[in-house]
Amino acid sequence: MTDAAQAAERAARLSYGRLVSILAARGGGIAAAEDALAEALARALSVWPERGVPASPEGWLVAVARRAAHDEGRRRGALARSADHLALLEAERAAGRDWPDERLRLLFACAGPEVEPALRAPLMLQVVLGLDARRIASAFLVPPNTMGVSLSRAKARLRESAPGFAPPAPDEAAERVGDVLRAIYAAYTLGLDGAHGLDEKTGGLAREALWLGGLAAALAPEEPEALGLHALMLFAESRRAARRDADGRYVPLDRQEITLWSAPMIEAAEAALRRAAAFGSPGRFQLEAAIQSVHADRRRTGRTEWKAILVLYDGLLALAPSLGALTGRAVALGEARGAQAGLAALEAAPEAARGRYQPWRAARAHLLARSGAREEAAAEFRRAAGLSEDPAARTWLLERAAEAEAG
Amino acid sequence: MSMQFMILPYSKKGGSGAAGAPDDMPAWIAYTEALAKAGVLRGGEELASPDEAAVIRVRDGARIVEDGPYADTKEQLGGFFLIEVEDLQAAMEWGARCPAASTGAVEVRPVILHPR
Repeated sequence: MTDAAQAAERAARLSYGRLVSILAARGGGIAAAEDALAEALARALSVWPERGVPASPEGWLVAVARRAAHDEGRRRGALARSADHLALLEAERAAGRDWPDERLRLLFACAGPEVEPALRAPLMLQVVLGLDARRIASAFLVPPNTMGVSLSRAKARLRESAPGFAPPAPDEAAERVGDVLRAIYAAYTLGLDGAHGLDEKTGGLAREALWLGGLAAALAPEEPEALGLHALMLFAESRRAARRDADGRYVPLDRQEITLWSAPMIEAAEAALRRAAAFGSPGRFQLEAAIQSVHADRRRTGRTEWKAILVLYDGLLALAPSLGALTGRAVALGEARGAQAGLAALEAAPEAARGRYQPWRAARAHLLARSGAREEAAAEFRRAAGLSEDPAARTWLLERAAEAEAG
Repeated sequence: MSMQFMILPYSKKGGSGAAGAPDDMPAWIAYTEALAKAGVLRGGEELASPDEAAVIRVRDGARIVEDGPYADTKEQLGGFFLIEVEDLQAAMEWGARCPAASTGAVEVRPVILHPR
């Protein structure tokens, strides 16, 4: 790839969402903005190799895209004929110097009531990060055709309802932030255990979601839950290298080599969590991050404070009950008060959902093994293995099943 | 509302049936058990090696029989699971958990239920 092509690729990769949001914010909607940007990128590929890469590639792209959108508008007669060339130049200059960050508006739009919850995270990945529908479909385990159609429809609906991406009213905004954060976290948990498609160079969906979470935290600094979510994802990411041994085998949290945890990521997570805590307004993501913070403390103390984790899970269950929180609390209870207490807590999970929830089965297997019920533990480890998508986790669980059987 | 789907595992040739290498057997047993325990399994069997398959055509009243399988691809259908779940997303999740997904490929296909 030539330098010019690389610069265009880099601008598209790093600034796509920002560019689309700036273009869309001036009216015309996402689709028109994307069309205009595509044209600008195509022009960049033919012009930059000859004349060199401009000092501000993004500013150049915005100006050219605006001109393209304007030409297109003029062809359709939709835009006024009196294009203000000076305004265009000013926008170009401003774009290169100081970016008005419109991405939060885009995130808000993607999490709006017009967009069904399951599509919010995919839409953010496409509109804000510019990922293509095929890769998003793989990450969300949806047939690519279905994902493409759904995303197009969602964008059309957004275009009709909010052509200029008006930000939500302040009272609506707080609620929307929650939707934005939930969508980002949904994308993160999908990508947590594997690369799951998307861009391998950037570490898969988890890395993209982490980036979105960092963006949300930076753009909504007065929202403690955004900081909490960013901290939570940073804690989880900090352990990525420790989750597999040198042979690619699964390593559970309690056997992880703590020197493989990323200290800078843990420190960044702790800092975000401290900033969040200063607001004195605890929430689901802050509590989950705090639980991870206790786990991370093992690196200094050499042990895990299960009683502290249990208290945090109690708070989490009171605030945001979920099967995941119930399972986590039962594990903590098992560590703090013995396997029987943990097993009893697991029984509180609704029967319909728990049977196909892999972490619940794995937790039950683990607690059964600790309580000495070897045969039951083996059967449960096998069922947990059968619910695993990750081959490394499956192998590990099957080994535990064999171990429980052998005694 | 629930829908039925076929989960069709394709594995590399060489092993016997869906299981491929005998080492994989515990994973297949675990998967089948998880399907059954979750209450979604409606049927399913392992198929014998494609080497044992025969392909039949009748043209102009004459039988034409050839050694199988129907399509001689690198990865071969090794069995089938019929499942009943609430939607395509749930079926896709079960498809991803199928051991063949991480070694070969898994086809997830909706079943059309004709009124009887």
